[in-house]
Amino acid sequence: MARIVVVTSGKGGVGKTTTSSSFATGLARRGHKTAVIDFDVGLRNLDLIMGCERRVVYDFVNVINKEANLQQALIRDKRFENLYILAASQTRDKDALTQAGVGRVLEELSKDFEFIVCDSPAGIEKGAMMAMYYADEALVVTNPEVSSVRDSDRVLGLLDSKTQRAEKGEKIKEHLVVTRYSAERVAQGEMLSVEDVGDILSIQLLGVIPESQDVLNSSNAGTPVIMEEESNAGLAYDDLVARFLGEDRPHRFIQAEKKGFFGRFMGR
Amino acid sequence: MTVLKVGSADLGQIEVDLAARIDNAPGFFRDMPVLLDIGVDSLDLAGLLSLLRRNDMIPVALYQPTPAMAEMGRELSLGVLQDMRPVREVPAAEPEPVTEPVADSPVTAERAAPAAPAEPVYRPTRVVRQPVRSGQQIYARGGDLIVLAPVSAGAEVLADGHVHIYGALRGRALAGVEGDANARIFCQQLDAELVAVAGCYTVNEDIDPAVRGKSVQISLAGERLQIEAN
Repeated sequence: MARIVVVTSGKGGVGKTTTSSSFATGLARRGHKTAVIDFDVGLRNLDLIMGCERRVVYDFVNVINKEANLQQALIRDKRFENLYILAASQTRDKDALTQAGVGRVLEELSKDFEFIVCDSPAGIEKGAMMAMYYADEALVVTNPEVSSVRDSDRVLGLLDSKTQRAEKGEKIKEHLVVTRYSAERVAQGEMLSVEDVGDILSIQLLGVIPESQDVLNSSNAGTPVIMEEESNAGLAYDDLVARFLGEDRPHRFIQAEKKGFFGRFMGR
Repeated sequence: MTVLKVGSADLGQIEVDLAARIDNAPGFFRDMPVLLDIGVDSLDLAGLLSLLRRNDMIPVALYQPTPAMAEMGRELSLGVLQDMRPVREVPAAEPEPVTEPVADSPVTAERAAPAAPAEPVYRPTRVVRQPVRSGQQIYARGGDLIVLAPVSAGAEVLADGHVHIYGALRGRALAGVEGDANARIFCQQLDAELVAVAGCYTVNEDIDPAVRGKSVQISLAGERLQIEAN
């Protein structure tokens, strides 16, 4: 059986799709057969970030409506043979997602894949509820600022009450992913620290992704940022995937760089 | 529930007294359900009801009426209460914050004291082990609430009895929701949006910085909330 992982946040623009694409790519790069699904019906983005937007023929809604089968709709990544993308429909709205339909697609995918990554839309409306309903685990993506943290808290409440596991009395495993983190701004007191966010949300920290120009550049290029070996954000995503798979890796990029002469002299 | 004692059959007099009382505490009676304790033998009940409703009060039932009055009340769709046994007894000596009964006034409002000593009703304490998240509301009806995790901003925990939070309180906590002035709130880290005991509340802005972030207990001292660091 596949592990179904939803990437969610409540708030928009915090890095759900960036995280989904890098997370799925990281899993596939480590040899795990992975499918990533865009649940943001009507506003599809994942295919752009994965760089497969010109190969979309059928989409998720077509499969739900049985207008196409999964084999036709799954787009195989050109870089990793273990990685498949199921794009969202741009022309439908979120009412096209039915609980039974989503369940059927996930069940079929589960037969062949090790991991299914569900990229949730923002908000707590139907699309987001469908993305989380069947999940076994959740990556809760949060920016270090108060409104994002509060929205994540709201989503955690929904994960604990409105999902299939919650209805069966089981627990979803929840992981915290803090994105767009700037250690310098935290040091200046302009941003919440990782400790603050972890304290408020009280779930296990999976990874901290530093604020980086590379994220925008790689999104524009259609390359998940995890593939940028020179990028701190890419390295942080690689750590995150390793930790998710059970490796013990220390957290990086959460201390401000020492800039003064004395700091440089003392080194690390 | 608030009992409105009616000692006069003269609606005009009642209206004057009521207006004075409402002026005293504007907004206090708004949408407040009241029981009517009618101390006169005959009275224009329909007229009294419309008078109260005009003043934004909600008359719900007659309290210990005479059989004739009870009959009239039923015809006007009022409930009839012969004996009240609140789950938690409000001490009869507890001063009512804004409505002290005025002698020889035909209308006096006061907290209902039970006619007979209330039977202690045991309700199991509600225990919550998960964090209470933004948007969630947990109400322990008729008893105490224990939360073994943080209460997030945007969450609300309520109890008819005490509220205990073994973690940070960042949302709202209300104890003694049904009016128990002896109820208390305990938390390990006070950063609440709002705390209230028996309807008396304090918002975050008004919390003394000295107790912010501290382990505290909150109780009602007269008309004011008292927040003490443990």
